[in-house]
Amino acid sequence: MIKIDNLHTSINGKEILKGLNLEVKAGEVHAIMGPNGAGKSTLASVLAGREEYEITDGNVTFDGKDLLELSTEDRAREGLFLAFQYPVEIPGVSNVNFLRTALNEKREYLGQDPISAKDFMQMVRDKSKIVELDSKLANRSVNEGFSGGEKKRNEIFQMAMLEPKLAILDETDSGLDIDALRIVATGVTKLKSEDNATIVITHYQRLLDYIVPDYVHVLYNGRIVKTGPKELALELEEKGYDWIKAEFGE
Amino acid sequence: MAYTENELAKDLQNQEYKFGFVTNIEADQAPKGLNEDIIRFISAKKNEPEWLLEYRLNAFKTWLQMTEPEWAHVHYEKPNFQDIIYYSAPKQKKKYESWDDVEPELKETMKKLGISMDEQQRLTGTNVAVDFVMDSVSVATSFKAKLNELGIIFCSFSDAVQEHPELVKKYMGTVVPHTDNFYAALNSAVFTDGSFCYIPKGVRCPMELSTYFRINEGGTGQFERTLVVADEGAYVSYLEGCTAPQRDENQLHAAVVELIALDNAEIKYSTVQNWYPGDAEGKGGVFNFVTKRGLCEKNAKISWTQVETGSAVTWKYPSCILKGENSIGEFYSVAVTNNYQQADTGTKMIHLGKNTKSTIISKGISAGKSHNSYRGLVQIHKNAANARNFSQCDSLLMGDTCGAHTFPYIECKNSSAKIEHEATTSKIGEDQIFYCLQRGISEEKAISLIVNGYCKEVLNQLPMEFAVEAQKLLAISLEGSVG
Amino acid sequence: MEETKKFHERITTDGYTLVLPQGLRKKSFEILNETAFPTTKTEAWKYTRTTRISNGTFQLVKPEINSVSDYLIEGLQGNVLVFVNGFYQAELSIIKDTKGLLVSPLTETTQEWINAHSNQQVQLEGEVFNALNTAFTTDGVSIEIAKNAIIKEPIQLIYVTTGTAVLSSVRNIIVANENSDATIVMGYYGERADSNFTNVVTEIKVKQNASLSIHKIQHENNTNFHINTETVSQDRDSRFSLSTSTFSGAIVRNNVYVHVDGENAETNLYGLYLTDEKQLVDNHTVIDHKVPNCNSNELYKGVLDGQSTGVFNGKVFVREQAQKINAFQSNGNVLLSDNASMNSKPELEIYADDVKCSHGSTTGQIDEEAIFYLRARGISEKSAKSLMINGFVGEVVEQISNEIIREHITKLMAKKLGYSFE
Repeated sequence: MIKIDNLHTSINGKEILKGLNLEVKAGEVHAIMGPNGAGKSTLASVLAGREEYEITDGNVTFDGKDLLELSTEDRAREGLFLAFQYPVEIPGVSNVNFLRTALNEKREYLGQDPISAKDFMQMVRDKSKIVELDSKLANRSVNEGFSGGEKKRNEIFQMAMLEPKLAILDETDSGLDIDALRIVATGVTKLKSEDNATIVITHYQRLLDYIVPDYVHVLYNGRIVKTGPKELALELEEKGYDWIKAEFGE
Repeated sequence: MAYTENELAKDLQNQEYKFGFVTNIEADQAPKGLNEDIIRFISAKKNEPEWLLEYRLNAFKTWLQMTEPEWAHVHYEKPNFQDIIYYSAPKQKKKYESWDDVEPELKETMKKLGISMDEQQRLTGTNVAVDFVMDSVSVATSFKAKLNELGIIFCSFSDAVQEHPELVKKYMGTVVPHTDNFYAALNSAVFTDGSFCYIPKGVRCPMELSTYFRINEGGTGQFERTLVVADEGAYVSYLEGCTAPQRDENQLHAAVVELIALDNAEIKYSTVQNWYPGDAEGKGGVFNFVTKRGLCEKNAKISWTQVETGSAVTWKYPSCILKGENSIGEFYSVAVTNNYQQADTGTKMIHLGKNTKSTIISKGISAGKSHNSYRGLVQIHKNAANARNFSQCDSLLMGDTCGAHTFPYIECKNSSAKIEHEATTSKIGEDQIFYCLQRGISEEKAISLIVNGYCKEVLNQLPMEFAVEAQKLLAISLEGSVG
Repeated sequence: MEETKKFHERITTDGYTLVLPQGLRKKSFEILNETAFPTTKTEAWKYTRTTRISNGTFQLVKPEINSVSDYLIEGLQGNVLVFVNGFYQAELSIIKDTKGLLVSPLTETTQEWINAHSNQQVQLEGEVFNALNTAFTTDGVSIEIAKNAIIKEPIQLIYVTTGTAVLSSVRNIIVANENSDATIVMGYYGERADSNFTNVVTEIKVKQNASLSIHKIQHENNTNFHINTETVSQDRDSRFSLSTSTFSGAIVRNNVYVHVDGENAETNLYGLYLTDEKQLVDNHTVIDHKVPNCNSNELYKGVLDGQSTGVFNGKVFVREQAQKINAFQSNGNVLLSDNASMNSKPELEIYADDVKCSHGSTTGQIDEEAIFYLRARGISEKSAKSLMINGFVGEVVEQISNEIIREHITKLMAKKLGYSFE
């Protein structure tokens, strides 16, 4: 699905990712953990195509295509979805209009006909159930006036609507109470299939109680320094990152 | 809001000014220039009564004493008033008795503008009565018969002068006197046509009344006059659309609009202004110097809504005089400027009566090398106890070569009044664009979404057909402005 | 213009020394002769008539007064300079030898210093009052704070006007050098003064990383005219704060021009005005952001009673190059009487796109419901109103960081509003 090979990126001349390697296959769930400033959110931003970051070396192939050559919107249309750590508010633009525009642009890109209004509304009703999102929220402006939990649920709702191949959840669990966390995580699990993959970027092990990863990676100092089974997350939760820092510090 | 994505996409491909075509009809013109003889020529041409000629000549004398205002935040080469043709009528073979009599070229013009005068078609579709004014002369008015049944008068200004002189004489110039300002004086001297509308006591006009204005001839000015009178307890929603062909020289448009809402009456006046804005180098375009004002008697309400995307230079302040107790004035505006356009627009809310209320929502969007200024006056007079005003003026900047300016004037002479004014200036958020991009939405579409969202409070005030048209216009106007 | 020419020719100077450079003065007279007084048709003077000034006949008079103890701020230990009718009063002043601080009246300042620092940014063309000031200045203060100097004790400048139809023409020049820090209080008072005209220009230069706070108190009698202009230029990383507290004066006009020339500078302008009778208080401010990454903050609040009129016109310019500017402007007014009026004109003129600017203006009355609530708790109506007003303008006073000065202004406020918590 996605193969990241020796990725180096910097921002304002400061190197953040220093040769990162990662491969995710269809049907897999990967968790990326690491201390603050390790480069976790940078990785998400770079994959989604944020222009502030400079790619100084490395390759990323996504579904056989050179991801780094694609524009942000084409990456999205190819099926890469980023659940934002801080979802953006767009006043005056309804969630529904926003999603219909997104969905139809994707369909147009893929050479499909636009979705009919009827089918679209049915889809909104079906998918909003997955994240127990009040369908009224669908008619409100994108993320405007949403609580923290509603914003994160809205991200997963959008993910359900856009049916991505690869979903990257950037700290989706931060700032959530346990109920919201359960809803979000259950939503993600329901959307999981043989054909898609998920990268979960997180700080806390608790999310991984709900979204069980096939692999846990430790990102530190711009590189993946350790990979293990889901138990690694428990170990990190217990012992913190100091031992990682001690082992891999410069 | 109905927002057809495909239509928008199609329109977006057409970057050029969409309405820039010239209709080829032999025109009946006055010679260039302005003097008493020209005014007499216009008046004679229109077979006007003596009092109206007097009114014009008076206005002309006043105008000669006046100087062009310079306080607005706009810079342009002053028009040479002797180099303008003040009367240019599409040459009529005879007076139009029905739609069938209209020349095919003219019908084609309207078709291109998206105006259907076919009443049958209109009846099955939307419910809008249209008056079409080309180069200062009203060409055709639809739905006349149906409106007549209710006692509603909706006709060209010239017809009103002939058929309802008492009404015209009673109300014309009562809200915008010919001494009001330079352009109002000019208009009062040389106006050629426009629309007239009278809704009798207690009648609720069942359909939107609409006037389309178009400048066609080169070197002509358009000086139309609109007068809308809603008698006690009446209601009307009035729409105004404006377009002009692409021309290298500047064309002058100096209109006067007067609204009178008598006790308990309500007038909703919506404008979508899309005069030719000039090309990307700032050449050509319409000078739009318009005086619009409404008078509210007791419990009356006047609501101005405007979407302004056209014109090279705009100078326009639709205003409300809240004379009667409990009267309400509203102003909702979206003004978009791109390339070298300049707009100095806003409103005046004059609170004279007790318990009067006004609301101002202004959304300015500047792109390219344009300048967009909000200028608004809220004036609370001594006797306007418990007057309330809320103003919100937001400016959105796209690109770093444009300007957004806010000049509110707040004058309060009554201690029980409450006035609130808020303004913000910001740029289109990069975060917002990135968020849209990540969801697969193209940048152009993202901007269109964000801008339409930003203007929503104003667009929501427009009748449905106009709202869709306005959204498309916004997208076209801002095409290519963020890079 | 004839009127202006006649006006300045009526001013009797009685042979007093005029301190500004000859060439500048000559130029000012030339400008006066061809410039008219502003009228309400002049956009910047739309709400303020100056005819009561332009019709007047004023003279320079050097009087003696015995004491300024009423005007001294108790608890401040720094230098005190006293000017009466624009003339320096050495015997009432307290000059202390302070390290890093040069402070003296202009009449005792070297001509070189004056030449080097005067009229750096004062607009003379078309500005009648600035030209008048330049032509007729008798004295004023020169202050230079040395590089790296931290002047702990605020400098007090006391300006008293006394007599009838007297012109006080004062020029102050303040230079805050690199990394310096200082606070200045300027108090304007009237003593047995009737129909006097005080015309002040203060030139302020805040150099790199310097910090300067100025607090202005305007408390002349209600028959006096007071025109006060500050031109400020700020270098990079500098901080400048100005507070203007206006209590009395027939016509008080403040013109504040801040040129933000260096990046990362911070500008704070605060104002409060409590007016009654037929007072007219007009605050005009211009903050001109010419460079990127700066913050400006403006808060003006007023309470208007009697037949008084308030004017606020605040303009923020953000020039084309000045990206990443945060500019906030707020003006709040309470009208206590049906004969009071307020004209507010907060303006933004913005040519850069990556900015965050906002302004707000409110005009209203005190919340009747809150007054009722207070009265129901046994507080008299008068006290209740005072409490509410105090709360309303208190936001401005709170911005004054020096506690002693803040207390002093709070006391003046209480006195004007006729209440006391002591």
